[in-house]
Amino acid sequence: MSGRLETTFQRLRDKKEKALIAYLMAGDPGLAETEQLVVALEQAGADIIELGVPFSDPIADGPVIQQAAERGLKSGTTLRKILDSVKSLRQRTEIPIVLMLYFNSIHAMGYEKFCTAAKAAGVDGLIIPDMPPDEAGPLKGPADAAGLPIIFLLAPTSTPSRRRLVAEESHGFVYYVSLTGITGAKLSNVTDIHQNVQKLKKVSASPVAVGFGVATPEDAAQVSKMADGVIVGSAIVKRIASHQQDPAMVSHVAEFVRSLKTAMAEAAR
Amino acid sequence: MPMLPDSHGRFGPYGGRYVPETLMPALLELEEEYAKAKKDRRFQADLAYYLKQYVGRPTSLYRADRLTKKLGGAKIYLKREDLCHTGAHKINNAIGQVLLAMRMKKRRIIAETGAGQHGVATATAAAMFGLECEVYMGTEDMQRQALNVFRMRLLGAKVTGVDAGSRTLKDAISEAMRDWTTNVRTTHYILGSVLGAHPYPMMIRDFQAIIGKEARKQILAAEGKLPDYLVACVGGGSNSIGLFHAFLRDRKVKMIGVEAGGSGIVSGKHAARFSGGKPGVLQGTMTYLLQDENGQINLTHSVSAGLDYAAVGPEHSLYHDQGRIDYTYATDTEAMAAFDLLAQEEGIIPALESAHAIAEVIKLAPTLKKSQVIIANLSGRGDKDVQQVARMRGVEL
Repeated sequence: MSGRLETTFQRLRDKKEKALIAYLMAGDPGLAETEQLVVALEQAGADIIELGVPFSDPIADGPVIQQAAERGLKSGTTLRKILDSVKSLRQRTEIPIVLMLYFNSIHAMGYEKFCTAAKAAGVDGLIIPDMPPDEAGPLKGPADAAGLPIIFLLAPTSTPSRRRLVAEESHGFVYYVSLTGITGAKLSNVTDIHQNVQKLKKVSASPVAVGFGVATPEDAAQVSKMADGVIVGSAIVKRIASHQQDPAMVSHVAEFVRSLKTAMAEAAR
Repeated sequence: MPMLPDSHGRFGPYGGRYVPETLMPALLELEEEYAKAKKDRRFQADLAYYLKQYVGRPTSLYRADRLTKKLGGAKIYLKREDLCHTGAHKINNAIGQVLLAMRMKKRRIIAETGAGQHGVATATAAAMFGLECEVYMGTEDMQRQALNVFRMRLLGAKVTGVDAGSRTLKDAISEAMRDWTTNVRTTHYILGSVLGAHPYPMMIRDFQAIIGKEARKQILAAEGKLPDYLVACVGGGSNSIGLFHAFLRDRKVKMIGVEAGGSGIVSGKHAARFSGGKPGVLQGTMTYLLQDENGQINLTHSVSAGLDYAAVGPEHSLYHDQGRIDYTYATDTEAMAAFDLLAQEEGIIPALESAHAIAEVIKLAPTLKKSQVIIANLSGRGDKDVQQVARMRGVEL
């Protein structure tokens, strides 16, 4: 599948750069702001956007993302409206957009209907935190048919056999969860991350991106040396949360993203 | 009848393991360890010992003569799980899982609780074995069940309030799952009902199946025949599957699961998954859920904290589809009337959860012949609810 994701990782490899993957909760504070943020973050140096779909019961997320999901739901955000937003964004940007959503959101829409609609809207991949490869069966067919890669997660607790399974099933990239915990926890054990990413890269044909706990430009710089991409979520969402009423919210968040990318670029030198 | 669940933890289309990857190795380890324990005579002997000497099993199957007479129909028996140590069936599972945690050398126990009965049972078992214990509970439930919060603290457990979403059982489970995801290497999560990812629904059913095994023997001894009906309330569904399981092959035994009808189905304020829900995935399992058209989980309501949950155990979903078990509901008002009736006719104050089962017995018994037999599961005692009932009636204690 040669799509925007693959092209992006290739372009970055050629430039000896690492991908900065910026997470946004769709509809926080509203979908219009989300669209503005996507464009502004791309200009600020984000290479890929991970767009969260608000869900009422996000078991893999810490308080920051949980509250963002509550705000998203409050602003009336639905999966269908998010796909409309992605579609409209596609007239302005070619940045790869992957959706991070809980399994029930897809199940409620229907596997085929969802995959077709997501692909048509311009979505480039799916991250489903409560769907390990073991449960992917029914979604795989429709996702493959639509040409929609599923990105699986690997954790520090994963055994070698699960590492192989995840590497084999994951397309687009593999999402390495840096810590045993939920989103927004504090980054720990950088040596472990390094070792586990090395092991993963040996068995994975796809690029490896590291997320959970990456909160500062320093974290991003450090992690970018170990992997093909760095995912920053809660730290971005926290800034959106604290500037809800601020007309300069978008530029404030973009400034933070620029500092992340700058630190990563310096680390690459 | 095939062995359920299958090797993927499926009850037909329901069940499975919809969890973050971080938890997958722990679930696989738990499944493996449980399979070993199940075959281990020493484990089974330990479990049997504690159930007998500590929990007080077998619980009696009591013939409720005055209730039978009052309703003027079928003969009513009550399976007295309320007589278990800690006052409900929850301890059957808590003891089993604490023994498993010890095998896995996990010294920290976490649990979620709705009504507080599972939290108390877990805190009790953890105290008895000297394990550290933390219980997550929605702040709304902490208010409704203040007595159980204090009981857990007396038992040395840390009770952590969850102030998210509906502030009830669902949110407590999410928070416990997050804790488990973070501390999985040192911690065992004792889920309290036949919910969540495989192997929990299977394992908890097995630990609760003793209810039905005993009841089957007891009714054969008392009546010389199998019962015509089994009735039990269904929150997550552990006391009901516990009673029903030993009778599933007895095709003539009819089974009724009673969900929480809250203020009525039309009001939308209820927890009757089979009356108002459809299949989906919540907290690790595919099953019937109360959800909107976008798959967002609906808020539920019941006077009974233990039934106030948006999903039902996956095995129940299969039996619902197959028609093996009938599911109905009792409203808050009906449950409260049953609560009073049982107290006054039989001198037994039932848990508000169990009062839902009694409410169905009140409807069912008069329609049956005097020669027919109903067993209702009295899953817990009502001491924990006395304060709440007083509050609802404007009585200051």
